[in-house]
Amino acid sequence: MEWLIEFWNSVPPLVQGVVLAIPPLVFIILYALVVLYMEMKVAAHIQDRVAYMRTGWHGVLQPIADMVKLLLKEDIIPSAVDKVFFRVAPYVVFAGTYAAFAVLPFSSAYIGADLNLGVFFLVAISSLVVVGILMAGWASNNKWALLGGVRSAAQMISYEIPTALAIVVAAMITGSLNLQEVTKFQDGGILNWVVFGGPLPLMQKLLLLPFTLVTFFILFVAGIAEVNRTPFDLPEAESELVQGFNTEYSGMRFAMFYLAEYANLFLVSAVAVTLFLGGWSSPFGEFMSGPIWGVFWFVVKAMVFVFMQIWIRWTLPRLRVDQLMYVSWKVLTPWLFACILGVGFVLVI
Amino acid sequence: MTAVVTYFSDIFRALGTVVIGMRITIKHLFTRSATVQYPTVKMKIPERARNRLYVNIDDCIGCDQCAMACPVDCITIETIKSTPDVDLGLTSKNTKKRLYVPRFDIDIAKCCYCGLCVPPCPTECIVMTDVYEFSEYDRHELIYKFSNMTPEEIVSAKDRLKKYDEEQAAKKAAAAAAAKAATPPPAPPTTPPPPPAQPGGTT
Repeated sequence: MEWLIEFWNSVPPLVQGVVLAIPPLVFIILYALVVLYMEMKVAAHIQDRVAYMRTGWHGVLQPIADMVKLLLKEDIIPSAVDKVFFRVAPYVVFAGTYAAFAVLPFSSAYIGADLNLGVFFLVAISSLVVVGILMAGWASNNKWALLGGVRSAAQMISYEIPTALAIVVAAMITGSLNLQEVTKFQDGGILNWVVFGGPLPLMQKLLLLPFTLVTFFILFVAGIAEVNRTPFDLPEAESELVQGFNTEYSGMRFAMFYLAEYANLFLVSAVAVTLFLGGWSSPFGEFMSGPIWGVFWFVVKAMVFVFMQIWIRWTLPRLRVDQLMYVSWKVLTPWLFACILGVGFVLVI
Repeated sequence: MTAVVTYFSDIFRALGTVVIGMRITIKHLFTRSATVQYPTVKMKIPERARNRLYVNIDDCIGCDQCAMACPVDCITIETIKSTPDVDLGLTSKNTKKRLYVPRFDIDIAKCCYCGLCVPPCPTECIVMTDVYEFSEYDRHELIYKFSNMTPEEIVSAKDRLKKYDEEQAAKKAAAAAAAKAATPPPAPPTTPPPPPAQPGGTT
């Protein structure tokens, strides 16, 4: 073990960075296959259908077939598009999502970049996704794509505020913006999670409980809106905007958008889980805890919320644009301000 | 005041209805799906389903009634008269068959499965079966030929009819000639000239 740490310290930082960057990428790709399958199966069974049944046992190989198909497809670039931006946009979107994975603590032993401003970095870098989507919408030179891009920008900017405010609530309780620190703060059983008030004296916990529950709920709702999923999927609205900003994309570049969308889905769930549900810490205290179990708990908790998002997607219809703005500015944001006040008050007394 | 009330009631109603919806969908997630895995599992076809047509050509008397009943003209029938010296056998209704049926084509691609061709058939030889899997790569493969006559048989049947017709024509001509030869002497008495006083005759 000693020699390993010594060897690791002797490697140049750039190489260290590349090595640390690989696990999230591998994870995203494997996770995308799983969630693709999950989405289709859950969608189908909610509608009393069965989805893929022919490729492998109950169609488990279908996501691989889909991936191969997307990679082998012709990459069509329409003649009227802005070539440079059109080509770059999917990578910008994916880069924004992927960079945010850097600050996610997958376990007590692994975090891509142990920044002391982790959550702040996450909020900042995931805004890059908006730039990419707007770039795609504008460069496509297509009115649907442009509408999708504009809606996406409006939506993501409005929902960034509830997300950031909810993160502020968590940061107030945990006293840190480093996600690893935030998780360590909540270690030691389900009752130490921030959503139940954190490891504070019982009286304070009980007073914090309503505020943290509401904040967690709002963070989850705002997260769905951030990733443009169904109740808030106006940017892609397949029935009115023919997939919005990715209308003109095909093949590999479309796959990039897809991958980024699913990675984002995990990202918002993971952020909610890390801030409020103890991240990699085991719900049973010492039992089943440790670096390896940490990965397990982190992924399982996040996947529960990924499932919730899929479930919501196949339940709720799409909001109107004005309703979308109403929810963000008149409901989520004021309630969060109330929560911030309440939490601050409880923490001070 | 009412604005405040509606603000809060809207929020709680939204949450409540979302929960109701999600409860319904989760229930469906765990109910058995309604899908029938078609090629491996097949639904039972109703007993009187109207699917692919079948013609029992041995019973067909070439009456063309089914073709006339067809609203989309998908049945094409050609017939050749038989000569008295051949016996085409009996139908299932014990009537004598008098026509060869060298062509009985059904273009099943045009067929609209209305079943109107079935009731007119005097011998009940055209029926709708429960076969529904008969897709083809070429549309022309969907023209079903039910006639069992070989080209040689068709030619020979045509020849025989032609010969018979010629014979009949010759016989008729001969008879006519014979009649002509035989009739002249008694002609004036048999057909007396009509009375000239008759006004506009009906002949």
